[in-house]
Amino acid sequence: MTDEPAPESSAHTRRTVLKSTAAAAAGTVVASHHTSVASAETAHTGGARTRVTLSVNGERHRIAIEPRVTLLDALRDRLGLTGTKKGCDRGECGACTVLADGERIKSCLTLAVMRQGAEITTVEGLTRGDDLHPVQEAFIRHDAFQCGACTPGQIMSAVACIDEGHAGSEAEIREWMSGNLCRCAAYQNIVAAVADAAEEGRR
Amino acid sequence: MVVSMDFLRPASLAEALELKAANPDAVPIAGGTDVMVELNFDKRRPAALLDLGRVPELATWRAENGRVRLGATVPYTRIVDELGDVLPGLAMAARTVGSPQIRNRAGVGGNLGSASPAGDAHPPLLATGADVEVASTRGTRTVPIGEFFLGPKRSALAADELVTAVLVPVAAGPQQFAKVGTRNAMVIAVCSFGLALDTTRRTVGTGIGSAGPVPLRAAAAEDFAAEVLPWDEPAANTLTDDTAKEFGELVAAAARPIDDVRGSAAYRRHALAVLARRTLRWAWQDVSGR
Ligand SMILES: Cc1cc2nc3c(=O)[nH]c(=O)nc-3n(C[C@H](O)[C@H](O)[C@H](O)COP(=O)(O)OP(=O)(O)OC[C@H]3O[C@@H](n4cnc5c(N)ncnc54)[C@H](O)[C@@H]3O)c2cc1C
Ligand code: FES
Ligand code: FES
Repeated sequence: MTDEPAPESSAHTRRTVLKSTAAAAAGTVVASHHTSVASAETAHTGGARTRVTLSVNGERHRIAIEPRVTLLDALRDRLGLTGTKKGCDRGECGACTVLADGERIKSCLTLAVMRQGAEITTVEGLTRGDDLHPVQEAFIRHDAFQCGACTPGQIMSAVACIDEGHAGSEAEIREWMSGNLCRCAAYQNIVAAVADAAEEGRR
Repeated sequence: MVVSMDFLRPASLAEALELKAANPDAVPIAGGTDVMVELNFDKRRPAALLDLGRVPELATWRAENGRVRLGATVPYTRIVDELGDVLPGLAMAARTVGSPQIRNRAGVGGNLGSASPAGDAHPPLLATGADVEVASTRGTRTVPIGEFFLGPKRSALAADELVTAVLVPVAAGPQQFAKVGTRNAMVIAVCSFGLALDTTRRTVGTGIGSAGPVPLRAAAAEDFAAEVLPWDEPAANTLTDDTAKEFGELVAAAARPIDDVRGSAAYRRHALAVLARRTLRWAWQDVSGR
């Protein structure tokens, strides 16, 4: 880095600047860049990590993580919610699909720090007590999986797909579920399950 | 090895511009659908990320002097749902981006920021003669879309600038967008084409994607079509095969494609001629339907 860093403006409080250092040597680098903020954040975050509050399935969790941690990794590795799967880590397979404020997103393509304040729903949060969600039941009824690796993502995507009103026909379901791949090619049964759950919702 | 990354999260545009000025190396992150792939695969190790997700000024659109001022972070899903009537070409292109999950997050600001020749927003922006609004603490300026792209993944943005919006003229006639590419997991179009007819001014706009170092206009094709289209008798059968064919050839001639894994240059030229011909027919049918 050759540019002379500009002095940190006091307006940029710890609310707007989160520090992360994952190696011992990093402290000095950071300090030379934003001295005042670095010390404020060090006090606040305890060094390498930053505090993040996530609201997942109706529960609030406070965790200390590096800013570069994806929502997917935070869910799986920090909160132990391993229902959400990692297939590709690049937005293509959909195995990591979760709902953020009811909207489906790929949790590998967002940072946990960016999703504070959003209500996250994972597959673990779909059941009501002992009752499975209607989409989960439809997947079981239609045998809509083989290995199951894509299933949580398929189910979360299906919940949103139905909610958006994009499950009116088989063709529509195929198009609007296209962000979720299934290596076992259980598509036929997945489409049937989504259609069935959508139908049930309309009844 | 030092692994350190600051995360800057401005809550207003003014604050975002200050942070960008103070940290010109900071990488803006909007929907994250391009940035996160680079981070997850260690293709990029930014010293800082600048989160635009909390900047309210970037997340809205409004109509303004015959144009739509579309904020940089308005996601494609909203463009499809809310702007199909006024910006039909851009909405059609938005509809083809990635998957529903990608469209819920990604938007035009990120497409322009990446400046990929394959970005799907670019052909409709070129075809409609949109302007890109960019800002820094030094002030705001608009860059005509045709001058925004400088090379593959290079744009006219200065290190301290952010894209704040695109200013897109409200449609004054039928618009079309078509692309050739595998659906779904295949991210990048083999080639794409955007078309905008202005039936009031009797002009034709074009935009070519994925067939050159930057997204391109086909000026000769535009002039030709504006000249020969029978604007006074807009019926489906008044667009002759010869006109459609010549338009397609002029579009293909404007492309500067390369051979790569997704297709040969010759195939791209051929496909573009077909897309151009077809979209002109569809658009002309819409004119006559009015
Ligand atoms: C599975 C998948 C499928 C995809 N399919 C398509 C497709 O079909 N068509 C297509 O065109 N693209 C596609 N993409 C690429 C991507 O979704 C688009 O380029 C999208 O428009 C990027 O928007 P974003 O908000 O996610 O950008 P981000 O990833 O947040 O940012 C992209 C770049 O722009 C910069 N940037 C963002 N906002 C600004 C701003 N306001 N000012 C200055 N710089 C800024 C960032 O620093 C970064 O360099 C796909 C990506 C994935 C992962
Ligand atoms: S793991 Fe996120 S889309 Fe594949
Ligand atoms: S059931 Fe195996 S990947 Fe879908």
